[in-house]
Amino acid sequence: MEATKKDQFIVSVSPHVKSDETTSRIMWTVSIALMPAFLAGMYFFGLKGLFVTLLCIASCMAFEKLYMSWVGKKAPISDGSAFLTGLLLGMNMPASLWSFSPFLLHVPVIASFVAIVITKQLFGGLGFNVFNPALIGRAFALISWPKAMTVWNEPAAAFFAMDAKTTATPLGILKEEGVSKLIETFGDKTNLYIHLLTGNRAGSIGEVSAAALIIGGIFLLYKRYISWHIPVSFLASAAVMAFVFGGKDAATGNMVLFAGDPIVHLLSGGMMLGAWFMATDYVTSPSVRNGQILFGIGCGFLTMLIRLKGGFPEGVMFAILIMNCFAPLIDRGFRSKVFGAVKQEKAKESK
Amino acid sequence: MVLHYGLFLASQYPKEEIFIMGTVTFKGGIHPPDKKDLAANAAITEAKAPKIIVIPLSQHIGAPCNAVVAIGQEVKKGQVVGEPSAFVSSPVHSSVSGKVVAIGEFPNAMGRMINSVVIENDGKDEWTALKDNPDYMGLSADDLKEKVKAAGIVGMGGAAFPTSVKLSPPKEKKIDAVLINGAECEPYLTADYRLMVEKPQEVVEGLKVLMKILGVDKGYIGIEDNKPDAIAKMTAAASKEQNISIITCEVKYPQGAEKMLIKAALGREVPPRALPMDVGVVVQNIGTALAIYEAARFGKPLIERVVTVTGEGINQPKNLMARVGSKISDLVGECGGLKDGAAKVISGGPMMGFALSSLDVAVTKGTSGILVIPGDQVSHTDEFGPCIRCGRCIDICPMGLMPSILSVLSEKGFYEEAKEYNLFDCFECGSCAYVCPSKRPIVQFVRLAKSMVKP
Repeated sequence: MEATKKDQFIVSVSPHVKSDETTSRIMWTVSIALMPAFLAGMYFFGLKGLFVTLLCIASCMAFEKLYMSWVGKKAPISDGSAFLTGLLLGMNMPASLWSFSPFLLHVPVIASFVAIVITKQLFGGLGFNVFNPALIGRAFALISWPKAMTVWNEPAAAFFAMDAKTTATPLGILKEEGVSKLIETFGDKTNLYIHLLTGNRAGSIGEVSAAALIIGGIFLLYKRYISWHIPVSFLASAAVMAFVFGGKDAATGNMVLFAGDPIVHLLSGGMMLGAWFMATDYVTSPSVRNGQILFGIGCGFLTMLIRLKGGFPEGVMFAILIMNCFAPLIDRGFRSKVFGAVKQEKAKESK
Repeated sequence: MVLHYGLFLASQYPKEEIFIMGTVTFKGGIHPPDKKDLAANAAITEAKAPKIIVIPLSQHIGAPCNAVVAIGQEVKKGQVVGEPSAFVSSPVHSSVSGKVVAIGEFPNAMGRMINSVVIENDGKDEWTALKDNPDYMGLSADDLKEKVKAAGIVGMGGAAFPTSVKLSPPKEKKIDAVLINGAECEPYLTADYRLMVEKPQEVVEGLKVLMKILGVDKGYIGIEDNKPDAIAKMTAAASKEQNISIITCEVKYPQGAEKMLIKAALGREVPPRALPMDVGVVVQNIGTALAIYEAARFGKPLIERVVTVTGEGINQPKNLMARVGSKISDLVGECGGLKDGAAKVISGGPMMGFALSSLDVAVTKGTSGILVIPGDQVSHTDEFGPCIRCGRCIDICPMGLMPSILSVLSEKGFYEEAKEYNLFDCFECGSCAYVCPSKRPIVQFVRLAKSMVKP
């Protein structure tokens, strides 16, 4: 029996067993974790939100496939990364882009092209991109069509309504008119927090419901697809910044230290989506845990710097993109210590 | 006998970090399914002595032996057939009585051609004259060491490093502890477990011999806590020994790697590129301890060992006491043969063992297991994706390396740069490749880089 069998044995390098974790399972699980926030977006922005997101997903997957067949590689559509990029990109766009007059559908498509082809594939494909593809796609769209990208539909909670009223985002109100106006808009403080948590406010399709995003983030933590290091340091540093520097004298408009409202800042804008789902992107964040804390602090700091001092009401996107540049450097600086080396160094010092 | 449980250790080494809990361990590591239940309850059975025995003259790390028998010569069981040619080497003995029929090159388990002595078994099992020593503990350390050397004992956990060399540390290295490795962290394998359950007293005696040789008064036996009956048996066997402690280690791969076990059991960290002796420890495997006892007590050379034949692709998983030089096909036959669909045969465990291309190779002193994996469980390494920098491998690397970066650097041919990421501190445990979601053959990349640059 051996004589006939022996030529058939598979010979490969150890280890011979592997975990059942795969890249595509990670991508699809992250997509699933985004579903609560996505559904909340569907609830508030209806079909328009759905169409914009689907357009992004379809464009991203199509561009991935086209590029791969153009360069003659096997298209790994099934790895789910293009789907996830499309989903994130769509969730980062205003629902108002689903509009035929003026015609705006080219915006999501071109943003998808920038995300997949320029940001990801031209840098070497999955694993080699420096910047978060979905965020570069969005940044490109925001800079190229600043007006179209900042028209915010009112959360109508009417699924089939295609003509929504427009309004300002909470961060927009905060920036232009101050916190008292923001509270006034929503009735009272509690009501404001509730609206921010549930997502009943203007904003990008997938960013509005802080509660849904937290649920998704905790799901990822529980599944150990992400660790606490980036989200916690991101949110904590942003909260500290918001508390220390976010206060404003209502009459003069001057900064009042230690009087800011961190909760408003944490729950509004793209903070939750950014901290749980964008900054934690494996490829564009540091891999070493201690380095991730520095990365998160940098994201939180820059976000608040832009929100409080910059020209834009929202800073999450640029903060993460700036920190993306530093990820390789952080990994280098926080290189893990070889087993035994720490003790050796201490011993040398004591000698 | 002092039970460890942290506090005792803490009093011994107050300055070192010790994980004071029921079990001890190291940082990092993985939890692959242990699959030990396939063979764990199969008591050790004697494998039939095969008709033909092929004894490789190099079964260990170090210089190969020179054959000291000639074709046609009659040999007894236990007779020396190969003498060591250098300090780092170990003699080999015949595991049957019979006639030398050939001396020549035969492939070993790794496919390399090794000079070997082929003996035709006469079926009489006649022993060569062995020197019995009922009072072996009365012998001097040097005499005992000589017995270990003459018995051809090597590390039986897989690496097969000549034990006598380990027992001869340079004068400036003070050894103060002997640690017996009963972790057996490789999934599937149960050889050491069976020995601990069936021959605990002999293992303890082996440890005492080791302590005597090294002039050490502290002995430890580290066992993973998925083997509670082994812990119970060993604890009972060592109950009269004041200076031997049983240490319960957390179930985690690679708990049985020397450096990890020393860290877990004694709280000492072996510096990079250093050896256990640099922190005053000598580590020996369970099987080795038994062989040492048998060498000291009966003068018996290392001619047989326990081999776990297991896996979902074998009909009757067993723990066989197999003669060195048996063919792997003999052992497979003894276990009811391969099941249909058996696709991969591994010598050793699934994490660090190596795949065999043929069953027509000899069992050596380092063969701890034969693992047969069916086709549907084989993970193909030719289909792997790019590193997505998820950091899982960095989290679990027991050596604190960055396997992801090593694999990317090696893939792109930056071998010198890989060296700066501590390439040569990797001992290829395979934990990184186990957790990698992109299924990257990280161990292969590391080996490639190691072969391309000087340490």
